Amino acid sequence: MTDGTPHLEFCNLCAFYGSKQVLKDVTFTVPRNSVIGIIGPANSGKTTLLKTINRTLDFVSGGRFTGDVRINGQSVRSMRDPNELRRRIGMVFPLPVGLPLSIYENVAYAPRRRGVTDKAELDEIVERCLRQSVLWEEVKDRLQMLGTRLSGGQQQRLTLARALSLSPEILCLDEFSIAIDPVTTMRIEDVLKELRKSITIVLVTNLVQQARRLADNTLFLWRSEMVELSPTDVAFSDQPKDRRTYEYINGIFG
Amino acid sequence: MNSAPALNPFAATELESQKGRRLVLTKWVMFGFCALLVVPLVLILVDIFVKASPLFSWDYIWQNPVNKGKAGGLWAPLVGTFYLVIGSLLFVAPVGILAAIYLNEYAKEGWLNRTISVAVTSLAGVPSIVHALFGLGAFVLGMLPAINRLIVDPNHPEKKWEAGLLTASLTIAVMNLPVIITSAREALGAVPLAFREACWNLGATRWQTIRTIVLPNSLSGILTGIILVVSRAAGETAPILFTGATYFKFIADSGWQKLFPYSIGEPFVAMSMHLHVICTQISKMPDVMKFGSAAALIVLILLINSFAIALRVWLRGRKRW
Amino acid sequence: MTPTTASKTSRGGRKFNLFDVTEKPTEWLIRLCGWSSIIGLAAIFLFIFREAAPMVPKLDWKTFFTSPRWIPNPAPGNEPSFGAFALIVGTFTTTFIGLIIAVPVGLGAAVCISEFAKGKVKETLKIVIELLAAIPSIVWGFIGLMVIGPIISHVFSAEPGSAWSKVMLTLHLASSESGASQGTNLLTGGIILALMSVPLIVSLSEDALRAVPDSFREAALALGANPWETVRRVLFPAARNGLLAACMLGLGRAIGETMAVLLATGHNNRIPQALTDPVRTMTATIAAEMGETVHGDAHYRVLFILGIVLFTITCSINLASDLIVKGVKKANQA
Repeated sequence: MTDGTPHLEFCNLCAFYGSKQVLKDVTFTVPRNSVIGIIGPANSGKTTLLKTINRTLDFVSGGRFTGDVRINGQSVRSMRDPNELRRRIGMVFPLPVGLPLSIYENVAYAPRRRGVTDKAELDEIVERCLRQSVLWEEVKDRLQMLGTRLSGGQQQRLTLARALSLSPEILCLDEFSIAIDPVTTMRIEDVLKELRKSITIVLVTNLVQQARRLADNTLFLWRSEMVELSPTDVAFSDQPKDRRTYEYINGIFG
Repeated sequence: MNSAPALNPFAATELESQKGRRLVLTKWVMFGFCALLVVPLVLILVDIFVKASPLFSWDYIWQNPVNKGKAGGLWAPLVGTFYLVIGSLLFVAPVGILAAIYLNEYAKEGWLNRTISVAVTSLAGVPSIVHALFGLGAFVLGMLPAINRLIVDPNHPEKKWEAGLLTASLTIAVMNLPVIITSAREALGAVPLAFREACWNLGATRWQTIRTIVLPNSLSGILTGIILVVSRAAGETAPILFTGATYFKFIADSGWQKLFPYSIGEPFVAMSMHLHVICTQISKMPDVMKFGSAAALIVLILLINSFAIALRVWLRGRKRW
Repeated sequence: MTPTTASKTSRGGRKFNLFDVTEKPTEWLIRLCGWSSIIGLAAIFLFIFREAAPMVPKLDWKTFFTSPRWIPNPAPGNEPSFGAFALIVGTFTTTFIGLIIAVPVGLGAAVCISEFAKGKVKETLKIVIELLAAIPSIVWGFIGLMVIGPIISHVFSAEPGSAWSKVMLTLHLASSESGASQGTNLLTGGIILALMSVPLIVSLSEDALRAVPDSFREAALALGANPWETVRRVLFPAARNGLLAACMLGLGRAIGETMAVLLATGHNNRIPQALTDPVRTMTATIAAEMGETVHGDAHYRVLFILGIVLFTITCSINLASDLIVKGVKKANQA
């Protein structure tokens, strides 16, 4: 299931918003086709970590990072076209976002921008991605409906479908379950269990049990620093590498 | 045992009743202020339309002015105003919308944004007569001679371009630039940031995001801004006083020429200028013609602005998120 | 899931898209247009100064600002005199009268719409204000000339020697025994300016009042204040800067108004002695006399200088009100 070659590497990553440092010396690797769970309290730098992967930190005023993030050994900084980079990485946000287009166009958005115009091809992509994110059965008869009219849980699955539309090699999820109901959360977790066989998944979550359910490895970020990185069963045991991990997971501080 | 009548603890005290009466009085005073505003206006409008009523007919619109405007219709000024509006829109709409895109999408924070915002506000506060002087100095005395040097055949010097639709349109365009920029900026800002972020994370570029998501969803606000510009361009007089509007101009009474009477390098007649001249410079002008011209201009402006308001209300109901 | 579709799209799918190919030039165009308002403002400065400049060293500035003798076309043999004092007085007196009417009415109407009117009434009032604001200045001038003027003329006329005539003379309401000499005068101009400025003051003041957080109103209500007390003691102080800015913008608009005062104030270049005396403003002078000048002569250039004076005044007022509003934003964020 997981093979050993590092897919994603972070080397001494430090991130800043202006002069304020939000990530200090983060270093770890993520093996291919594995799930890494990133846990930690609010304002630890978890979302910023995700933004350095696909370089959307560039869009934040004053955002920059030092150190390196590498995908397949290649530094993200050295890639000529950041937009190409973003197409290889799927991103799901905390708040469900349906673009003000039809459901079909929502999922077809990224392929169209990339230049795909063949209708058969787009049809195939839309159906595949909606099936993968377990939304197809609910919307297959109303693909022309506005994406913003769906419920929160449906919009989050739509976001997942969009993220999968260009067949990314890395999928990042940023606290995807905070605004949706538990049933949808469970369904999406099942989807992730399927996807992990072929995509590397970076799962940022505020629900530690979610990391326990899904992640192969767990990273605990606290106040911009790496506290622990271990296989999940170690991190959630009674004897993790760092005492603070145990305290956080068990709610002694939060 | 005294059995005093039970006091109702919720009844109003003397002070409360007094305050209650004062409150009602205040409410009437406040509405009085509004009435002070609305009633004189309504009376004025009624007066104008009553005095102009002898002229109401289709002929009034379709005929040209006759005998220096002492009789006849308003066709020439109407057509001139129409072309002035189109001309100024052609210049101001693209520039203003693109400028608003720059301010809201590309240079959202920083000193440049603040400086441009100050410039927009300052431009909005420039008096219309100063715009007229600018138009005179820049377009009539600066741009026209340069154009004429390039295009005029020395053997036919009388064919040179004069102050007309081109210079007046440009002057009105500069005057209306802040209006478009402000409306467009508001419209663009109403589109939530979440949409843009979703698109960026899918690998769309800034411009792709703007043209596929942001612009289509801000068209309603931009359209309202454009209609405001149309209204101002139709009503302004000062900026066109010395930049191309004139009074005496014979145009054809029928045929193709009637619909396209002006070329861009010659003076034209406009509704606002027409009203100004017949009120101040033509002796023995019958009052009814003055009232008629004013009524026509008021109707035109109110129609345009009512259309804008209706459009805004209609589009508000069609929100897509 | 094998990435077959990925290779399909990355291999053959990328078609020629006009929009994408022109992306870079379009972004440059956008950048250029972003500068357009700065360029426009600078151009206005430039071209007006260009026309005025030759006269600047030659003009007798002391006379310009202090003398009421504006005689640009004197009888042959005399020197022209460019004393703009009467024009400046004309501008400020019409504006003053306009604002003492417009500010209370405007603020009152704004309070009414913002705090006391509800639902349909509020919507209707707002639409009426918007339509009022749209009426062009030439139409206002027309109203001053043909509707309000005759009324003023009628009200301020009297038999010489009658009681009303004596009252008018003592209170400086009119300069002659038979009352106002014409309907287009200082008072008419002021009334028209008031009618023109009120919509602006109302809409900006309403914005300022709406910006006061509802928590202020709720706190006042919890303390037992009735709506009037809330307005007077809580909202006005809280919205003070926005209201002041609204009035200043109304002031700027009134000073810069041209066509309305041209038609409504008459043609007299003298300092008004009474409320119903005709006056001339700076704006009207430029509009009326530019057509008669010869390009390049002294009169022509002095009119441009008058334009510069106007521009400076209105610019300063607008910048000041902008600073006041920015002060509000900072305070509300603190």
